[in-house]
Amino acid sequence: MSINLQALSAQLLVGLINGSFYALLSLGLAVIFGMLNIINFAHGAVYMMGAFAAYFLLNIAGIGYWPALILAPLAVGLFGMVMERTMLKWIANLDHLYGLLLTFGLALIIQGVFQNYFGSSGLPYAIPDALKGGMNLGFMFLPIYRGWVVIFSLVICIATWFLIERTRLGAYLRAATENPTLVRAFGINVPLMITLTYGLGVGLAALAGVLSAPINQVRPLMGADLIIVVFAVVVIGGMGSIMGSIITGFALGIIEGLTKYFYPEASNTVVFVLMVLVLLVKPSGLTGRAA
Amino acid sequence: MLKDKFSASLLVIAMTLGAGSIAVAQDKVAKIGVLNDQSGLYADVTGPGSVVAAQMAVEDSGLLAKGWKIDVLIGDHQNKPDIGSNIARQWFDVEKVDVIADVPTSSVGLVVNNIVKEKNGVYLNSGSGTSDLSNAQCSPNTIHWAYDTYQLANGTGSAMVKNGGDTWFFLTADYAFGTALERDTTNAVTAKGGKIIGSVRPPLNTADFSSFLLQAQASKAKVIGLANAGGDTINSIKQASEFGIIKGGQKLAGLLMFITDIHALGLPVANGLSFTETFYWDLNDGTRGFSKRFQARMKNKNMPTTVQAGVYSSLIHYFKTLDAMGGNPHDGLKIINAMKAAPTDDIIFGKGTIQPNGRKLHPAYLFEVKKPEESKGPWDYYKLVATIPADQAFTPLDKSACPLLKK
Repeated sequence: MSINLQALSAQLLVGLINGSFYALLSLGLAVIFGMLNIINFAHGAVYMMGAFAAYFLLNIAGIGYWPALILAPLAVGLFGMVMERTMLKWIANLDHLYGLLLTFGLALIIQGVFQNYFGSSGLPYAIPDALKGGMNLGFMFLPIYRGWVVIFSLVICIATWFLIERTRLGAYLRAATENPTLVRAFGINVPLMITLTYGLGVGLAALAGVLSAPINQVRPLMGADLIIVVFAVVVIGGMGSIMGSIITGFALGIIEGLTKYFYPEASNTVVFVLMVLVLLVKPSGLTGRAA
Repeated sequence: MLKDKFSASLLVIAMTLGAGSIAVAQDKVAKIGVLNDQSGLYADVTGPGSVVAAQMAVEDSGLLAKGWKIDVLIGDHQNKPDIGSNIARQWFDVEKVDVIADVPTSSVGLVVNNIVKEKNGVYLNSGSGTSDLSNAQCSPNTIHWAYDTYQLANGTGSAMVKNGGDTWFFLTADYAFGTALERDTTNAVTAKGGKIIGSVRPPLNTADFSSFLLQAQASKAKVIGLANAGGDTINSIKQASEFGIIKGGQKLAGLLMFITDIHALGLPVANGLSFTETFYWDLNDGTRGFSKRFQARMKNKNMPTTVQAGVYSSLIHYFKTLDAMGGNPHDGLKIINAMKAAPTDDIIFGKGTIQPNGRKLHPAYLFEVKKPEESKGPWDYYKLVATIPADQAFTPLDKSACPLLKK
């Protein structure tokens, strides 16, 4: 196949767009794993709930895309906090495996309930008027909405990184993960912080869901299809590393985009091949600390 | 004395044989296994709706009132051939199932085809697209009921070329159905003087088609043929409109579209698409009556798809055949031959016939999706453009590669 530079740059850009979703989702996973030590398999399900929340807001309450960007993550984040308080809290001190199994079960239940009512083809969600259309970049036609997704996710990713790595609140959080008893002794409400962190991680997933609603159908299984790839991203980037998961998310989106151009049949597997390679060479992930 | 013993044992043997043959030939029991995708990307096209259709066929057959006992079993093959074949074997070996119906996802459909033949069951396939079921891989125990890739390719492909779409680029789902559909469409397009200038094969169940669509866009082909189905078709059409492909002057040919796909896309995105189907709920009084009853029983209030209607139609003909036989012989070959010998007539496809290669014949329709302002409400989506008569819609017998035909 001859390499067409125009087509190649288009594929790079498309990869970057998909990478933004990987980055947002793996960021939420990394936050939850890093702070709570929970491998949150319900992440795909809450991503899907975010998209459905946007759909309900529009079709039941008549609330459009822009407010939904804030309201849907809040609502789903709240749901996440309830989940943490009523279920995850009780297994916090047990092996990782219990959290994984519990959240995996929850994901199946949530998806099952949605599928029972909404089928598998999904529901349409229109692109907001302000972001309709596209621009001709010379090498490709870029839908404005996709451009918006890349920029907005980048901003959110960096803001989250800043919040956790550079602010006082973030410092409390990181301290609370290292030594909860000591931090509690300083008068900080550690359980509340953990609940809020879980809410934040879940809210990030829901935000990704709202962003993806106009691109993909709002489908009960939209998260199930994505979550396995996102886990691979997190494993490659290093479990719990915030910056690592952001960078890997974008990078893998691009690698996947290139695979779609050079050998499309392998585009669903390339991420996992990379994951295997990384695990063989550096089991803690590219940026992870040794466990 | 010896003679007495001898005749007595003869009598015993005769009685056992007689009793045995009565039990096999004349019982009024039938077990139907509906095997499909209950929860994945084809669940709306087939799934629980096909089960509802099967149950309606049981009720409408009138056999229950005649003392028959008919069970409908449900199997979820998750679009995986290994899971599908496990269920099929278990159904025949343990549950003593007589009929396997539906079975979408051609890769699974073909595997089950072999098992049904091996177990001498009845296979009424409405879900799979691949025309191989009545060609190279045809089986004496199989009737391919609702639609196939030849009929889709022939209807849509020929019509598009006739309207000036003479260069094609394919977006093909990378498995048995997609490749069969691409092959059949290629034949139809080139036969009419069109040209294929490229194709790309995304894996089954892809969420993001933008890379592939960009390649299709760059090819400058007049028509982008979507040789995929269900969720894959929905996503590719939606994203094609996002990337300005339609506005750029290229046309999309949805080679396999179902009403649930159009419903999910919404008319603002789907309008103007043209494609071939063998069933639409709003064709005549028969289809309307069936579809309204069907819709009322569906949890998500969907209208029936071609596949679901096909499951109903195929079982109605099966039950008619059993009724005419006066009992269930539990002999797949015998029943299929009787089904092939009798003309079909039902509210779904009207009058039809079954070819010796197992292909069920009925008319196909070229539809176009209405504009939002033309639609009178939910589910009022199709405009009939042309009717393709039953004898022209499917593979002509002299072109069928089915070994059964060579005697």
